[in-house]
Amino acid sequence: MTQSKAKKRTPAVFGWFSSLAEVFREGDMWTRLSALIMGLGQLKRGQVIKGLLLMAFEALFIWFQTGFGWQYLKDFGTLGTNAQARVWDEAAQIFRRVPGDNSMLILLFSVLTLATFIPFIAIWVINMKSALYVQKQAEKGVKPNSFVEDVKTFLDERFHITLLTLPMLTLVLFTVLPIVFMILIAFTNFDKNHQPPGSLFTWVGMTNVTDVFWGDQLKSQTFFGILGWTLVWAVFATFTNYIFGMILAMMINKKGIRFKKMWRTIFVVTIAVPQFVSLLLVSKMFTDTGVVNVLLQQWGLMSGPIPFLTDPTLARILVIVVNLWVGIPYTMLMTTGILMNIPADLYESAAIDGAGPVRQFISITLPYMIFVTAPQMITTFVGNINNFNVIYLLTTGGPLTLDYYQAGKTDLLVTWLYKLTVNEQNYSLASTIGIFIFLIVGSISLVVYNMTGSVKKEDQFQ
Amino acid sequence: MKMGIKARERISNSIIYTILTILSFVWLLPIAWLIMSSLRAEPGAYTTYIIPKGWTLSNYTKLFTETELFNFPRWFANTLFVACVSCVITTMLTLMVAYTYSRLRFRSRKGLMNMSLVLGMFPGFMSMIAIYHFMKLMGLDQSLAALIMVYSGGAALKYYVAKGFFDTIPRSLDEAALIDGATRNVVFFKIILPNSMPIVTYTAIEAFIAPWVDFIFVSVIMKDNYDNYTVALGLFRMLERENIYNYFTQFCAGAVLVAVPITLLFIKIQKFYVGGVVGGAVKG
Repeated sequence: MTQSKAKKRTPAVFGWFSSLAEVFREGDMWTRLSALIMGLGQLKRGQVIKGLLLMAFEALFIWFQTGFGWQYLKDFGTLGTNAQARVWDEAAQIFRRVPGDNSMLILLFSVLTLATFIPFIAIWVINMKSALYVQKQAEKGVKPNSFVEDVKTFLDERFHITLLTLPMLTLVLFTVLPIVFMILIAFTNFDKNHQPPGSLFTWVGMTNVTDVFWGDQLKSQTFFGILGWTLVWAVFATFTNYIFGMILAMMINKKGIRFKKMWRTIFVVTIAVPQFVSLLLVSKMFTDTGVVNVLLQQWGLMSGPIPFLTDPTLARILVIVVNLWVGIPYTMLMTTGILMNIPADLYESAAIDGAGPVRQFISITLPYMIFVTAPQMITTFVGNINNFNVIYLLTTGGPLTLDYYQAGKTDLLVTWLYKLTVNEQNYSLASTIGIFIFLIVGSISLVVYNMTGSVKKEDQFQ
Repeated sequence: MKMGIKARERISNSIIYTILTILSFVWLLPIAWLIMSSLRAEPGAYTTYIIPKGWTLSNYTKLFTETELFNFPRWFANTLFVACVSCVITTMLTLMVAYTYSRLRFRSRKGLMNMSLVLGMFPGFMSMIAIYHFMKLMGLDQSLAALIMVYSGGAALKYYVAKGFFDTIPRSLDEAALIDGATRNVVFFKIILPNSMPIVTYTAIEAFIAPWVDFIFVSVIMKDNYDNYTVALGLFRMLERENIYNYFTQFCAGAVLVAVPITLLFIKIQKFYVGGVVGGAVKG
């Protein structure tokens, strides 16, 4: 589109407004009327199919809003007022259920309806700009593009629209709208006692957020307890895996070690086995009657079973240790290639200076690797904050404790979120937790991206 | 006493061999236990020994013959179906998005990429409740179609690796074609795609594996509709308290059947990790 090319430098939003103003300033009656009746301008200049399509689109939108959207949108402020009731039916001598408002549907469809305004406005703006464009072409005496020519641009100049339409549609339906919906849920009291269609839920403002921080003793205790453990876990899980995985990769990479491929494959096999298999199995090995405890007692090393999964501290240590089993092969795979890129002369000169292997690792390998892989490490850190599998499959968050609200001592924020949703149906609290996870992950990622920028500029190691 | 360099080298190498052997043993032990349990004749999850007393293949045959409570063949077929369809959809969507962001220049490109980044920071599970109710409204809850949509719905956010790969294909290739009069459509299908088979394979395999190993999403979508379970969820149910004694060895057999193809596929794509394609993609 030529008219957008001229405005490339201005930010998108200003571009939109200024070109809209231009349409009204320079457009003639037909073009201006296109604001009300979409496609009128195009129709007037001979772009019949395009004009009709735009009109049909507007008609469809209005029909959708009045026929469907409005009935939900009007209740958006209250999320429904008529609860489902049981009314005595004198004739049949039974209680009949009289359906009331469904808060869930009202919220869901309101979000959906509001969302339809975005493509509508976008297409409306495009409609206005194209109306002015064809008007100017007509003034210049140029024949406007035929419909076929217009369609052809979608395979070339506007190929990005063709490619992105479907992915963006799925993205909006399965990611954006659900997230918006869940953010809204965080400000309602949608929990076990407020389940549509049986009963209504409604807006409660910031109650959930304040509850989590100080309002509700038990909930805030749980939140801060779990938050603390989540961070401790993420730090340990990330760094232990990183260091040990790198050492493993270096051992396999070392000159003179044979069967490199075989060693690598042995470790890779373990990550290839689905985690729900391997981790469930490992968790069964560590129960009171599991293989590990039984063998320890048989060998006479222990008189009773070690409470790996029932003692909070032991359970926490166990998940970190077992996570080594999961994570080390990953780090090994990731770092193998990078390790081979470290210039060999660095090591040679260090060896001449009399540095031993430990010294070389601390002064050369570690700084180099941290420098190169810092962004990746923080990505792993974020991944560990949300590491559902390892925790849930090993301990299901247990051991449970009365100090916590519906959570156990090894629960991470994300497994707590899962339990609140699936077991407790406390959707509002779960959504609040979800938003906090987003804020934590978001702020860490912000740091990553700033660092990535600096990594790109720096090249002192190359 | 000073040792020669060669002698020291030999000693350090043998130490490494020893460590690697011990580690391999630790890493392979659970897998060995899995395979041996799948061939064990005695039932029960908690044995006081590792090597089975009696060997049998009946755990495998029972999976396919005794299907009243745990319909393994059906779950396997479900998973295969979901994996194939979502693999095709995901690969298509991911490559479309990756190519667009990598090669085409348009006004909202940066904005869309930043939006994807932000969206990716929400815990994926959070939106499941909304999706579940949305599916319910469409009458699709507890169906395989819903599962396919859930697995391929996020594809537009998982473009980083593929984009990283497209970025490495020289731009002069497209420019030459454009000068020769090819449309961007032709450039994508005739020039970029044929040069990108490795990344197509990688994306496809990753997408294919996902339904086999996920059990969070499927547990929310399927609830108690046993007929539409995937293997992951079905096998998970076998280990519940009331079933574990009778079904532990069958669980192991089923797990082996799932793990073998997944392992082979994974070994096929592991070179992407070693080669740094995956690592390099983080830079966005």
